[in-house]
Amino acid sequence: MNNLLNVSPSPHQHSSETTRKLMYGVVFALLPALAASVYYFGTGAIIVTLTSVVSCVAVEYLIQKFVLKVKPSVSDGSAVVTGLLLAFNVPSNLPLFIIVIGAVISIGVAKMTFGGLGNNPFNPALVGRVFLLISFPVKMTSWPVPTGFKTGYADAVTGATPLGILSEGVKNGETVSALMEKIPSHLQMFYGHMGGSMGEVAAGALILGGIYMIWKKIITWHIPVTVLLTVAVFTGILWQADPSKFADPVFHLLTGGVMLGAIFMATDYVTSPMTPKGMIIYAIGIGVITVLIRTWGAYPEGVSFAILIMNAFVPLLNMYIKPARFGKEVKHG
Amino acid sequence: MFKTFPKGGIHPPENKLTASKPIVTLPLPGTVTIPVSQHIGAPATPTVAKGDTVKTGQVIATAKGFVSANIHSPVSGKVSKVEAVADTTGYKQMAVVIDVEGDEWADGIDRSPALVKEISMTREQIIERCKECGLVGLGGATFPTYIKMTVPEGKKCDMIIINGVECEPYLTSDHRLMVEKGNEVLTGVTIIMKALGVAKAIIGIEGNKPDAIEYLSGLSKDYTGITVQPLKVKYPQGGEKQLIKSCTGREVPSGGLPLDVGVVVQNVGTALAVYEAVQKNKPLIERVVTITGKSVINPGNFLVRIGTPVSVLIEAAGGMPDDTGKVVNGGPMMGKALAITGVPVTKGTSGIVIFPAAESQREEILPCIRCGKCSSVCAMGLEPWLLAAVSEKAMFEKAEGEKITDCMECGACSYTCPAKRPLLDYIRLGKATVIRMARERVMK
Repeated sequence: MNNLLNVSPSPHQHSSETTRKLMYGVVFALLPALAASVYYFGTGAIIVTLTSVVSCVAVEYLIQKFVLKVKPSVSDGSAVVTGLLLAFNVPSNLPLFIIVIGAVISIGVAKMTFGGLGNNPFNPALVGRVFLLISFPVKMTSWPVPTGFKTGYADAVTGATPLGILSEGVKNGETVSALMEKIPSHLQMFYGHMGGSMGEVAAGALILGGIYMIWKKIITWHIPVTVLLTVAVFTGILWQADPSKFADPVFHLLTGGVMLGAIFMATDYVTSPMTPKGMIIYAIGIGVITVLIRTWGAYPEGVSFAILIMNAFVPLLNMYIKPARFGKEVKHG
Repeated sequence: MFKTFPKGGIHPPENKLTASKPIVTLPLPGTVTIPVSQHIGAPATPTVAKGDTVKTGQVIATAKGFVSANIHSPVSGKVSKVEAVADTTGYKQMAVVIDVEGDEWADGIDRSPALVKEISMTREQIIERCKECGLVGLGGATFPTYIKMTVPEGKKCDMIIINGVECEPYLTSDHRLMVEKGNEVLTGVTIIMKALGVAKAIIGIEGNKPDAIEYLSGLSKDYTGITVQPLKVKYPQGGEKQLIKSCTGREVPSGGLPLDVGVVVQNVGTALAVYEAVQKNKPLIERVVTITGKSVINPGNFLVRIGTPVSVLIEAAGGMPDDTGKVVNGGPMMGKALAITGVPVTKGTSGIVIFPAAESQREEILPCIRCGKCSSVCAMGLEPWLLAAVSEKAMFEKAEGEKITDCMECGACSYTCPAKRPLLDYIRLGKATVIRMARERVMK
């Protein structure tokens, strides 16, 4: 025999799962929500998404090629996911230069400065989003209301989000039941017929994506289910205590960024804990902080802040929450 | 009812290409190379010299020390040399090379196929016979069998578990043994039960071998105390601790042995070898080896004399495929890649898997994305990402604290990693260092 044999340590076969497949699995799971967004907000959703994805990929490529001088790894798909999620977290009529700034912050600051994929402590898309929210408060909170998919990028009609209406109204002393009259019905909100960031409105479509990711074992149920349950239980208690001041749990689950956050943002591998137990603690934290901000905070919505705050606890959770070791509990038969 | 172990595990493609191929006896090769160390423990001492004539079944190297095993000549012929030769590990070690001449067996070995179910030997005689016949565990770890038949002071054994799991993809030698030699295996199990003085034996078989489950379940009605436990297909169920957990729910403590929970585990191949040694006085000189691979022309299960070169087996399976990239001694998950195919089959060789070049190279290593999949598949509840990282950074005290020595090197973490990180490579490095450190502490 002439050709040499390969010699390497075991195992000699590997699963077909790759980082790229996982990332594009997430992209695929985001498609229903993207379609819903285009359906409600029109061309703006497409323009914002394309700008965000292209700038995120470009920023990563340029930094790797010219600053770090390493082989660009944009083909792993992680920058595409960040780009999509950044777009999902901004209004569909956001000026394009603001999106590009968001991409530079997301990829350039939140991801690459820490060493790129796998090393960033905070969710890049959320860092970008919060940076934009603080820097461009007016543009970032001029929410288009759904006017159909024929709406052009420039002719979006803006209005308040359900959470905004609620927060503002309660402050002015109106009762929740009166405010609910001004807000779309729960069923409409489930489909996504309300104002908000372009990707967060369609709860149904986001849940569809979540089920796909759990089915494909891209994520486990722990984080999304626990976040949603925590929000439901916490707001449920408040609602039971005083239904005139607090909205019902279903309203809280369907509005704002809870669905998008629980299913797609909080489950980011890099910035979430690695053990199921750690995931549950982290998810409870996100749920609690979200409701606290929504109910008593200055902003009507707090999912982004809640996730970023809990991201900071992830290294701690990874260090102290260990999986149950085999053979730890000695059982003599 | 299919049972399994609760923690971790993976399900790689089974690829049991040879599951329905009956065992074929391989013709004798021209020469055999018999390493004097085919077991865990001290190498045996050769008792033959160049030019000696040996018979099949004659002792050619005797056990040295407590943990060691006799080596017998698997063929008859003339010893052509006794010197260091490369074995399956790639390292050179002392071996006896014999030129085969005919097939003349030593006296006292019963070669008839007749089944002998009656066990006439006492416990002590059984243990002595297993020692004389050079029996070692045939599942791959090759621990001398006679030691596992003696329960040390202060320990209790109330049941034995027979490993018929064969959870490694591709391999089917144990499967074929169970289907073709059911009565011999069950008699062997009964002998092991007698040696250990236990009344209960469970044979664990995974659900991808329904014929073996059905056949042995039926046969076991004629034997006392033996039951067959069907198991859900999951790797690494053949790991001793996992198998005990699956069959009994008992959990061997960290750093402990099966005897700590009152169990002794033996492989089905070992049970057959025990039968042949005790009832037929036949030493361990041949075993069933699966030769397989996607491009192999005639994959199969062969009854092979120990010492037969792997290359002879590959020829018997239709020759080395043109697209070969890697030849693995053992299964794809835990086997060792061979650098040369001239090395001999030893007591621990359960199979030879030939991988096409396209499947034999590792993929590009990407950064860890902290998905936690490695932790979720670890059957020992370890965190492979962490163990690999601390080993890579030479933080061995930390690795020890994280129980790196609990790792059985099953490879489920490396298999699963989407970033294709060589987790197990680093963990092996860390584990070996930690074991060495612990030993040095004891020495001080």
